Amino acid sequence: MYEIKCNVCVVGGGPAGLAAAVAAKKEGAEKVLIVERDESLGGILQQCIHPGFGLKLFNEELTGPEYFGRFIDEAEKAGVETLLGSMVLEVSENLVTCINSEYGVCEISADAVVLAMGCRERTRANIVIPGTRPAGVYTAGTAQRLMNRQNEMVGKKVVILGSGDIGMIMARRLTLEGAKVEAVVEIMDFLAGLTRNRVQCLDDFGIPLLLSHTVVDIKGNDRVEGVVIAEVDEKKKPIESTKKFIECDTLLLSVGLIPENELTNNAGIKISPVTKGPEVNQFMQTSIPSVFACGNVVHVNDLVDNVSAESATAGKNAALFAAGKLEKKDAIKVEAGENVRYVCPQNVVPCDGKVDLYFRVMKPNKNVKITVCDGENVLFSRKAIKVNPGEMEKATVAVDGISALTVAVKEV
Amino acid sequence: MKTDVLVIGAGAVGTAITRELTKYRLNVICVDKREDVGGDCSKSNSAIIHTGYDAKPGTLESQLVVAANPRYDQLTEDLDIPFERVGAILPAITDEQFEQLPAIKEKAVKNRVYDVEYLSKEQILEMEPNLNPEVKGGLYIPRESIIDPFIFVVAMAENAVANGAKFMLNTEVTGIRMEGDKVVGAETTNGYIEADYIINAAGLFCDDIAAMVGKNDYYVNPRKGQFYILDKNTGCKVNHIVLPIPTKVTKGKLMCPTIHGNMLVGPTAEDLTDKYDKSTNVEGLDSIRADVQKLIPGVILSDTITQYSGLRPNRNPEGLNIDTYDDVKHYVNLSGVRSTGLTNSVSIGTYVASLLKEMGLEMVWNENFISKRKGVVRFKELSKEEQHELIKKNPLYGNIVCRCETITEGQIVDAIHSPIPATTVDAVKRRLRAGMGRCQGGFCGPKVIEILARELGVSADEIRKGNSKSYMVCGKVK
Amino acid sequence: MKKDIICTVCPMGCVITVEGENGKIDSIEGYTCPRGKNYAENEFVSPVRILTSTAKISGAKTPLVAVRSKTPVPKDKLFDCMAEIRKLELTAPVKRGDVLIADVCGTGVDIVSSADVK
Repeated sequence: MYEIKCNVCVVGGGPAGLAAAVAAKKEGAEKVLIVERDESLGGILQQCIHPGFGLKLFNEELTGPEYFGRFIDEAEKAGVETLLGSMVLEVSENLVTCINSEYGVCEISADAVVLAMGCRERTRANIVIPGTRPAGVYTAGTAQRLMNRQNEMVGKKVVILGSGDIGMIMARRLTLEGAKVEAVVEIMDFLAGLTRNRVQCLDDFGIPLLLSHTVVDIKGNDRVEGVVIAEVDEKKKPIESTKKFIECDTLLLSVGLIPENELTNNAGIKISPVTKGPEVNQFMQTSIPSVFACGNVVHVNDLVDNVSAESATAGKNAALFAAGKLEKKDAIKVEAGENVRYVCPQNVVPCDGKVDLYFRVMKPNKNVKITVCDGENVLFSRKAIKVNPGEMEKATVAVDGISALTVAVKEV
Repeated sequence: MKTDVLVIGAGAVGTAITRELTKYRLNVICVDKREDVGGDCSKSNSAIIHTGYDAKPGTLESQLVVAANPRYDQLTEDLDIPFERVGAILPAITDEQFEQLPAIKEKAVKNRVYDVEYLSKEQILEMEPNLNPEVKGGLYIPRESIIDPFIFVVAMAENAVANGAKFMLNTEVTGIRMEGDKVVGAETTNGYIEADYIINAAGLFCDDIAAMVGKNDYYVNPRKGQFYILDKNTGCKVNHIVLPIPTKVTKGKLMCPTIHGNMLVGPTAEDLTDKYDKSTNVEGLDSIRADVQKLIPGVILSDTITQYSGLRPNRNPEGLNIDTYDDVKHYVNLSGVRSTGLTNSVSIGTYVASLLKEMGLEMVWNENFISKRKGVVRFKELSKEEQHELIKKNPLYGNIVCRCETITEGQIVDAIHSPIPATTVDAVKRRLRAGMGRCQGGFCGPKVIEILARELGVSADEIRKGNSKSYMVCGKVK
Repeated sequence: MKKDIICTVCPMGCVITVEGENGKIDSIEGYTCPRGKNYAENEFVSPVRILTSTAKISGAKTPLVAVRSKTPVPKDKLFDCMAEIRKLELTAPVKRGDVLIADVCGTGVDIVSSADVK
């Protein structure tokens, strides 16, 4: 077996892994190694050829490849090492096992490990769409890979279920390449993705957005021949009388993402039942102190800029841990209060300095007050005109000497 | 084309017959109209090797299944396929069910299944902690076992090919030629095949074939069974096959582990007329939830990674029949092979061979018969050292294509070039499980298309999911 | 002409109603910040979009390279620009930012590579 030693081993070379590796290197870690399953770095951004990345971080509207391209440049400059075409099979406290065509089974011992495996798409089975099982039912991301990396057209007449960002972006992409997108169908009564994408991906091309609708049947034994859609009532049950057949050869699903945590699970790391990702503290440290995590493996982000920021935190602290400089202190649990689905980090160690708390609301609301409290003591308060589950919110609080933390979003 | 025996249908039964006949010095051709072996319900069923404890005593079906079960330990070892004798539990939840237990046990004895035992409430709950705590007691049937039904068929087919049989897929029988009162061959979509003997093992379509020789004494309707497959990581599992006590109407819905560690829940039983309707529906899936919760209240169906349906060939009138006819000589007709069919396939093979001998076919033992078959390597099950050695020999084993099930490019290439080649996305998936994990092919699907296109020397738009109309992509973007 | 424009400057998504004729604005309502007003004015008079797509490339591991318009192009020229991008047949290497089509469709905007392909 092939053996490698490093200070910080980063699992995954997408935007999260790249940012973490660069930060670890900058913090002084001597040998930082990214292990990536693909033959090239960049992760899912390699297929995200659309613009909209980097507005926060670079104040520019970059495409996916441009965004990670800048991080690759930085990583190269900083001397980050990479092991490409390598699938990690196992992670433990200080050991990462992967396989690689050239080296065979590789055992990488590391003082600290950063998990940055990203997420995967929810499938047809997860949302239980009845009907036949023909070719032509793809998750939006799979279709995006086929089109943007493999040059394969997935279909000519398309219905998209779910108004997530990838779904809407694929609606535009398919239209620009000559396909007809018949409709984007969303079961909720609000848009799942960003408003900007609705305007620029759907409205620009006259693609109908059907809110409070869902796909209730898939037709076709061989290739998709059409789908039956229906309006849903307030309990999300399809209304029989509204059933309508739409002829199409392809159904794309953009019905959510799930952090990919098989390695995390097998390592025995504590997973949050809400985010489905590892629970972390503000250092992005998991329940195994030498293992850090960042990006969509922790919780699904809407903006890659946030991923880069939190990943830099993970990388920096992994380097500190590797150097024996990250002290172990007891953490307090951050509570998700009114209309808050979850808060990341889930745990906070009271100490000097400020902590960014990222969170999502449960339901859309207008004219609200966002508060972070330590019991009766209000640490943070901000008014927001609008909140939406599709958009992550942030609150920055000083955590020195706190004994409890609750984030809440209340109507004013 | 000319052969001694033509077998129609490459499901479990047709394939087992074909393999059995290669033990003799015979030319055997097995045809199937589908693009792959595995038939219809042979690949989508509850994947259980039965003991026959609940068969109708004294019937041919009872004899065949009781004889078949003990053969699986050796057979699965020879064929290099996974098999596990997990055992079945029949829990009595209601008093009425509890009172039925002695009769079920007596029936088992009549079927010469002597190892069925009573279980107390405490014993059951210790064996199956997730079972309904209201359970009153039950029965344990230790030799009920689990298998991967599709891989079983592929393994038998590959072994038959290694012993000289020929499989012709995408070959539909359109007519059977007779001379006098004897069959002499079959018209197919791939040309005429001259055959001394013809065996109808066409399952769901066996009535159509029977009609070609003028036999119309029964018909087959599809009986749909819908299933859920749950993630390996689901929070509520069972260790055994948990079967409900059957009612007069139905055998009911079960929950059991699959040989790959998932949970299987189902099936429904819905009588249909359309032999191609393999859709799932809300009513069926909801009924599975309602019924299985009575056995396993904590079952988490939201952990499903797929739902599918299979079509059982339901014979009207009912019953397993293996017929020969005075006015249609050199012809064997199989019908009504249902839930025990997967188990029975091997003993049906032996039985049909003896019928052919009775009919006058010269059966000389083929002493060169190879009983052992080696399947595509199961990379995931190897030790790290073995994995390392394998990658050193062939770097393709170092490239993981399916991350959910840890399937390498080397395995996919092996399957594409195996004796029964995997030429479609579904064929790769069923043989190797690439795309059967929790992401359902989201990550590996595009790569499998790429590898298939490369290995078969065609463009990606030629690659199919299954049959010839199920294209995956429709040309280049640029 | 009256047009409802959903503002995309921030996640608020204000609906701004603009009235006017031939690129001249008579009235504008519903904005809540100056950036929104500016956005709606531009969107009414001459809406522009960044166009991204892929182009064929040979001599590389991948069949495609991601491309973009360096700056936004008029919305009504998107499909014309797509037709020009479709004609591209590139050869590796291509560097991020390389101009692949100068002044595409007379828009004054360049189509550039958005990725490095070795």
